Amino acid sequence: MATATDANLTEAQRRGALAHPDVELHEEVNRDILKMLSAPGKGWWFLFFLAASGVALMFGSWGWQIYRGIGVSGLSSPVGWGAYITTFVFWVGIAHSGTLISAILFLFRAPWRQSIYRMAEAMTVFGVMTAGLFPLIHVGRVWHAYWLIPYPNARYLWPNFRSPLVWDVFAVTTYFTVSSVFFYLGMIPDMAAARDKATGFRRKLYRFISMGWRGTDRQWHHFGKAYLFLAALATPLVLSVHSVVSWDFAMSIVPGWHATVFAPYFVAGAIFSGVAMVITLAVPIRKVFGLEAYLTTKHFDAMAKLVMLTSMIVFYAYLTEFFMAWYSGEPPEKQMFWNRLFGHYWWATWIMLLCNGLVPMMLWFKRVRHSIPALFAITIFINIGMWFERFVIIVTSLSHEFAPFAWGVYRPSLTEMGIVIGSFGWFSFWFLLFIRLLPPVAIAELKEVIPPQMRRKSGGHDGHDAVPATAPAGD
Amino acid sequence: MSQSGILASYDYLDSTVDAVEELRKSGFDEVVTYSSYPEHHLEDALGYGQSPVRVWTLVGGLTGTATGFGFTAWSSMDWPLIVGGKPVLSMPAYVVIAFEMTILFGALATVLGMFINSRLPNVTPAVVYDPEFSAGRYGVFVPATGTDLDRARDILRKHDPVETREGAHA
Repeated sequence: MATATDANLTEAQRRGALAHPDVELHEEVNRDILKMLSAPGKGWWFLFFLAASGVALMFGSWGWQIYRGIGVSGLSSPVGWGAYITTFVFWVGIAHSGTLISAILFLFRAPWRQSIYRMAEAMTVFGVMTAGLFPLIHVGRVWHAYWLIPYPNARYLWPNFRSPLVWDVFAVTTYFTVSSVFFYLGMIPDMAAARDKATGFRRKLYRFISMGWRGTDRQWHHFGKAYLFLAALATPLVLSVHSVVSWDFAMSIVPGWHATVFAPYFVAGAIFSGVAMVITLAVPIRKVFGLEAYLTTKHFDAMAKLVMLTSMIVFYAYLTEFFMAWYSGEPPEKQMFWNRLFGHYWWATWIMLLCNGLVPMMLWFKRVRHSIPALFAITIFINIGMWFERFVIIVTSLSHEFAPFAWGVYRPSLTEMGIVIGSFGWFSFWFLLFIRLLPPVAIAELKEVIPPQMRRKSGGHDGHDAVPATAPAGD
Repeated sequence: MSQSGILASYDYLDSTVDAVEELRKSGFDEVVTYSSYPEHHLEDALGYGQSPVRVWTLVGGLTGTATGFGFTAWSSMDWPLIVGGKPVLSMPAYVVIAFEMTILFGALATVLGMFINSRLPNVTPAVVYDPEFSAGRYGVFVPATGTDLDRARDILRKHDPVETREGAHA
């Protein structure tokens, strides 16, 4: 077994050996990861039942809304965007860290990305799947949703491509397609590994998904390049998608929305909430599947630092907004932000400030970053805080829009709450299926950073030190 | 298309690389290696150049840009209606659509290029494939017959394979 100081190793392998000191052999990776795909236990079924109930709640509530009309939601004038759009932005944000970890950290060659990125990518795909439902729910008459897509029609009508809402359709569908393709491409070699060990139905499934991958040099050569280019394409994409989502707001003239800081502010917020969600999901998975050798404190420490950094960017953006409101001297702008802090929705703003600005500051302490329960608790706070951030941006701005006589108060109805809560079930439903059916940790990429088995302990390929030959077994 | 030849599997990376290098020196140019992860030493030993996938990415991306600008511009002119006092052809607003189309087409073309170049999907079962190749072993396949086969077998055996097999490679 080569050690981390072996002169023959690549830089990535040396750093990988330090990140996973307890993983020695490539076969071990296959065994430990593919083990996760075995038949689920009682705990999984319990969670799956819970998630399925969430799905039932969501679609039941949505069905009720379709039957009775959008009036069953609390949406009305002046607050026409409420819990649905809040939750849409929340899930799109969650979806961002997947591509961040899989693409941006790939380009930066971060040594801790390998064991976490598959889960993060799955989270991206399911996050967008969840987010994508909300505009459909929000539009009310969902059977007209296809009007958003440009298609030839008898009236020669095309979408208004100047509208940020149409940009959003393009951005989110592109993001869903590209992140699914990226997720799938990375999984092909691992599906082949699963295929070679599986039997019965699973063997057929994996065989289909892996498309006859055999790991030949030619396949790896083109795979490596394709992966690199996809990462290079996904990186600007991930930054663009949440920028476009932010322009849904920033392109309007509503006080509290019309700000140039929105794009970077939303992207940072998305990464912040997404990485927090990865930690929230990785902690129980690590515990249940015994992945301590693959998800070490080093991984959590690195993610915690990313959370801390983005938390500070987000908090800086909050302060900038308040500062600009004061500095602008514009009474409507000033009253808007005063109203955020001390108006009807003061509690939502304070939840946002505490959960996203203050609580993550505990991560300055190494002891906190190295404590898995503390990280889990902090990231739950962040998840809550980030939902409220979007709620604050959307609802407080609309409820105090322009003329005081048109101000109003919005309260989510039971139907809306059912759909919002159910969306967590919908997301978990897919995620639970994923961790049992597809390898949740990237097998091939982990091996890339785990030193390969060498006959000679060190030295180049030329030195032929004598090693006793083992008898070749069979022809 | 299937070729007959000899397949050897190895436990150690350096043995595999040595075997490949020796085979190449002895004039075997069509060596195929198997590994469970992308191994750059093997790629170097086989002497790979640039992958043509990059051309697919570029052409796909540019097609996307052209489609994005082209479609938005054409559909605006199809019914030149002034909306919000903006010019009918508001190119800055179309940048977003063109950008997203660039990424979308570029990504899909990359994957397509990867599939075509690496001959996937490949559903013909290979006689000479070992499930251990996806776990941790390395494989070397040399398409050869007659005396070439004997030469290849000698070289492969010299580097202590776990086993050697003769058969066809799809």
